[in-house]
Amino acid sequence: MPRKSLRDLEPGANFIRRHIGPSDAEIAEMLSLLGVSSLDDFIDRAVPKKLHTHRPLDLPPPKAERTALSYLRSMAERNEVYTSMIGMGYYGTITPKVILRNVLENPGWYTAYTPYQAEVSQGRLEALLNFQQMTIDLTGLELANASLLDEATAAAEAMAMSRRISKSPANAFFLDRDTHPQTIGVVETRARTFGFEIKIGDPLKDLDPSTVFGVLISYPGSSGEIRDFRPLIDKLHKAQALAVMATDLCALALLTPPGELGADIAVGSAQRFGVPMGFGGPHAAFFATRDEYKRLMPGRVIGVSVDSKGNPALRMALQTREQHIRREKATSNICTAQVLLAVMASMFAVYNGPEGIRRMAERTHRLASIFVAALKSFGYEIATKSFLDTVTVHVPGRAHMLLAKAREKRINLRFVDGDHLGISFDQSTRRQELERLLSCFRTDALERIDIDTLDAKIIEVIPENLQRKSPYLSHPVFSLYHSETEMLRYLRYLQSKDIALDRSMIALGSCTMKLNATTEMIPITWRNFAMMHPFAPLEQTQGYQQLFEELEEMLAEITGFDAISLQPNAGSQGEYAGLLAIRNYHEASGQGRRDVCLIPVSAHGTNPASAAMAGLKVVAVACDQEGNVDVADLKQKASEHAEHLAALMITYPSTHGVFEEAIKEICDVVHASGGQVYLDGANLNAQVGLMRPVELGADVCHINLHKTFCIPHGGGGPGMGPIGVKAHLAPYLPGHRVIQGVNPAAGRNQAQGQVSAAPWGSASILPISWAYIAMMGAEGLTRASKVAILNANYIAKRLGPHFPIVYTGPNGFVAHECLIDLRGLRERCGITVEDVAKRLVDFGFHAPTMSFPVPDTMMIEPTESESKRELDRFCQALITIREEIREVEEGRADRHNNVLKNAPHTHLLLLEDWDKPYSREKAFFPLHSQRDDKYWPPVGRIDNVYGDRNLVCTCPPMAAYLEAAE
Amino acid sequence: MSTLHYTKDHEWIRVDGDTATVGITNYAQEQLGDVVFVELPAVGKKLAKGAEAAVVESVKAASDVYAPVSGDVIEVNSAIVAEPAKVNQDPQNSAWFMKIKLADKKELEALMDEAAYKTFLAQSP
Repeated sequence: MPRKSLRDLEPGANFIRRHIGPSDAEIAEMLSLLGVSSLDDFIDRAVPKKLHTHRPLDLPPPKAERTALSYLRSMAERNEVYTSMIGMGYYGTITPKVILRNVLENPGWYTAYTPYQAEVSQGRLEALLNFQQMTIDLTGLELANASLLDEATAAAEAMAMSRRISKSPANAFFLDRDTHPQTIGVVETRARTFGFEIKIGDPLKDLDPSTVFGVLISYPGSSGEIRDFRPLIDKLHKAQALAVMATDLCALALLTPPGELGADIAVGSAQRFGVPMGFGGPHAAFFATRDEYKRLMPGRVIGVSVDSKGNPALRMALQTREQHIRREKATSNICTAQVLLAVMASMFAVYNGPEGIRRMAERTHRLASIFVAALKSFGYEIATKSFLDTVTVHVPGRAHMLLAKAREKRINLRFVDGDHLGISFDQSTRRQELERLLSCFRTDALERIDIDTLDAKIIEVIPENLQRKSPYLSHPVFSLYHSETEMLRYLRYLQSKDIALDRSMIALGSCTMKLNATTEMIPITWRNFAMMHPFAPLEQTQGYQQLFEELEEMLAEITGFDAISLQPNAGSQGEYAGLLAIRNYHEASGQGRRDVCLIPVSAHGTNPASAAMAGLKVVAVACDQEGNVDVADLKQKASEHAEHLAALMITYPSTHGVFEEAIKEICDVVHASGGQVYLDGANLNAQVGLMRPVELGADVCHINLHKTFCIPHGGGGPGMGPIGVKAHLAPYLPGHRVIQGVNPAAGRNQAQGQVSAAPWGSASILPISWAYIAMMGAEGLTRASKVAILNANYIAKRLGPHFPIVYTGPNGFVAHECLIDLRGLRERCGITVEDVAKRLVDFGFHAPTMSFPVPDTMMIEPTESESKRELDRFCQALITIREEIREVEEGRADRHNNVLKNAPHTHLLLLEDWDKPYSREKAFFPLHSQRDDKYWPPVGRIDNVYGDRNLVCTCPPMAAYLEAAE
Repeated sequence: MSTLHYTKDHEWIRVDGDTATVGITNYAQEQLGDVVFVELPAVGKKLAKGAEAAVVESVKAASDVYAPVSGDVIEVNSAIVAEPAKVNQDPQNSAWFMKIKLADKKELEALMDEAAYKTFLAQSP
C-alpha cells in the first residue's frame, strides 16, 4: 500500500458516512440489483430530468463532528445566561439529572414515533397517561389531553372549542388583559381567520357576559395577581358562555383549581416542571376540560383499554376527532403533541410527588413574599395585592434605571412600563439571588434587613377562599419513584416496552425517521442554549441570533426561498402560517375575495384542516389511476374558481411516493388563475440537493425539521415547521407581540400573524438541524437524498415479487418511499393491513404507515440512514409474513386462528398450555437472528373498540396494575 | 302501511303517515365497522333536507348523517347513544336514529326504493 500523507489521514468530513447507512460496497450491490451502473445514473432515471436543478447546492464545506461542536460551542458562548425573573410563562426550573440523562438525552425516548402502534408504545403511553393524570389533578377538571404545542396555541384552541360548545349567539371572545401578551397575539391571529371579534379588558369590570361566547381568564394573571372569578364564571354560564382559564401548574399546588371555581377549560404550560426554557421551547402545554366536552377537545388523548387477553393496555383514544380522519371538519389541524417534554414534565411530578411539588410552590411563594415585605419596608408600593410567585412593583419613573441596575447584577426583570417592573420567582431562584435583587432596589438593603427575620414575620397573602384544600397527585405512581434508583429503573422499565430507532428501523412513510445523531443532540442541553428566556434582551442572545441567521440562510439555499420564518413550531403550524401569509397577501393586493383552496384528494388530512382554520374553503381535486393529480380536473376547478382561487396545497414528491412529472404544469395552472402554490414539505427529504421547491413553482413551503433535518420525533413531538416564502410573501410572515423585528420584512405590521407563543418557535432544538446541515454540506445532503431514493427503490425491488408496488413513476422507479399493496387480501382470506402491522411486532419492527394515502396499503420510507443489512432484515420480515398470508390463502392455516390474527405474541402466552396450530418458534422467533435479540411486546392486540366505548383517560387504580401483574 | 326509502348516503327512511323514521343501512354499518359513538340532534330541531343531522363514529371513521327530508325532529333513539353497538347489531330496525315530522312529502319522491338501492349498491365500486 502506498504511504498516506497526513492530509489523507485527517478525518475531514467524517460525518457523512456516519449519517448515511449503506456503505459504498452496499450501494454498489443495491445499484446492481436495480440494473443501474452508478448512483448518478440511477438518479437520472428515477427523477424526471426536467426537474433536476441547474444550480447545485452552495453551502460551506462539510464540517467534521468535532469541528461542528466547537463552532456551536462558540455560538452558544455568545449567549449570556442571566438569572431570569421575567416570568411571562417561562420560568427557571431544575431538571432532575436522572430525567435529563435518561429521557431528554436518551435515544430510547427521543427517537420514538407518535404512538399510533400502541402495542409497541406502552412505555411512553404510560408516561403520557401520568401527564394527563397530573393535569387533571392540578386543574381539578375531569379530562386532559396528552399535551399541545404551547400555552398560546392551547388558548387559541380553547377559544375555538368554546365556539363549538357555546349556545350563545354572540360572536366575541373576551381576553383578560392581564394575560401573557404572546397568548393574546396568537389568539388574536386565530380569531381573525375564524371571524370572531376579540374584546380585551378586565373581566371583572369590562365584561358583559351576554356579549361573548367565551372568556379567557388568567389565573394567576400575567402580572401575578390572583383574583376570585367564581361569581363571574356563574354569570358566564347563565349567559351560555364558556370560562377558559390560563393557569400555572406550580400555582395550582397552592390555589383552588379552575375545576373547583367552575371553569370549563384550563390551559397552560408545563414548562416549569423540569423543562428548560430553551429560548421559548419546546415545552408541553396542557389542556383540561369537563368530561361532557371530551369529543370536542383538540389534541391527542391517551385512554385505557384492554388487550386480546383482557389485560389493561393503553392507546390513543378518540382519534376520529383528528385531522387525519375528519380533514376540514377536524377539531383542529394539530397533529403533533409535545410528547418528549410532556414525558419530562410528568416524570418531574412522579419524581417529586405531591409533597415535593407543594414544597416547591411554597418556597417560591415564600421568596416572593419576603421580597414584597422587604420592598414595602423600603417604601415601595406593590401593585399586586394577592400573588403567588410573581409581583408587579410600582417604581414611578424609575423602571428603566432599575432594570439596568438589575442587569448589572446579571438579573433580567420584566419591563412593564416606565413605572412598573414585573418580578417572577421560581424553583431555581437562589437565596443569594433574592439578596442581589433586593440590593438593586436599595443599595444598603442587606444591612437593613435579614431574610430569616422577615421570613418569620410573613403573613399569608393568598385569600382564604382561594387556598387549595383538595389533594392532588394521590395516585400511587406519584409516590413510588422518589429515590433515584427507583426512578432510573422506572424510566428503563417504560423505555424497554417501546420500539424506537435505537432498536430497529421505523419505515414510516412520509415521516422520515432518519438518524438523530448524538453530535446534533448534544448542544441542546448546553446551559447557554437551554437556560435562555425567550424575552431576554437582544444583546444577551447574540448566539441564538447567529444560529437563526445561519440556519435561515442554509434553509433558503436548500429550498430556494427568499425568506424563512422559524416561528411555526410544528408542520401543521407552518401550514397555517403559510396559508395566512397567502391570505394576507391577497388581501393587501385588493384580492381579499380569494378564499378557495384546492387540495388533491390524496393530500394528508392536515392540509384541509389547516385550510379550514385559515378561513379557506376546501375544494378537492381528483387524482388519476396512477395516483397523480388529475391535471384536467385541476384545470377545470382552477378556472371554475378563478375569481376566488387563493391557493393550491400540494405535497412533493406526492403522498403516494412518486415524482409527479406534471408538477411544474400544475403550479403554472394555479398561478395563471391568480392562486398561490403551497407546497407541503413533508417529503422534502427526496428533494434536497436535487431540486428546490421554488424551482418547481412553489410560493410557500413548510420544512419539517423533525423529518428532513434530523430533529427527533420525540415519541410524538417536538416538531418544528419553519416556512420559506418567495419575496412577495415575506411581509406577511409571522411577527410577534413582544419581540420586535422577528420578521424584518414586515415593516410597520410587526405583530401580525403570530402563530406560536415564542418568537422563534422551539429555538433550543434548532442546533440539531444546523449541525446536520453543517456536517453534511452540499455534497452530503445531496448524497443523502440520492441514497434515500435508492433505499426506497431497493425495498420496492425486493418486495415487488411478493407485494405489488401500487404506484411507480419514471422508468418504473419510486421516489423516496414506496406503497405496497395488500388490497384484496381481506376479501380473499380475511387478513388485514392491521394483521400485518401487528405481526411485524413479533419480528421486532414498527409497522410502516398504514392505509395512507390508499386504504389497505403500507407506505414504506426507509430513509438514507438505514444500512442494506437492516433493509434486508426488514424485507425478510415482510417476505416471511407474505408466506404466512399464503398459508391462510391456500387453506393451510386457519382463517381466524393463525399467526397473523393472533399477533403480537406476548411472553405471557408462554405461561399457557400451547394450543396454537403453529409452533412457538414460529410465533416468537420467526427469524433466526431474533434468538440473539428479541423484542417482547408487553401487550397483545389492543381492543380499540372497547377503549372508545368505555373511555378512561386517567391512571387506572393501582389494583388494576397489581391484578395485571399477578 | 309503512314504506321504505333509501338515500345515496346509505340512510333508510320509513314513513308512517307524516312521520319519517331515519336510520343507517346495513351496508353503512358494515363499512363503518364497530360503532363507538352516536350523536343525535335535539328534539325540536328544524332540519332542512341535506343538513347535518347526526354523527356516527367507529374507531377509524367518522361520518355525518344528513337529513334525508326536511322537518322537525320529534323523537330520537337514545338507546343507541347509550349503547352504540346496537347500530351494528340491528341497523335497520331497533337502532333507528331519529323521527322527523315531514315538512314536504314530495321530497320522498326523490329517494330510492329498496330495489333501486340494491341496484345502486351493486353499481358502487
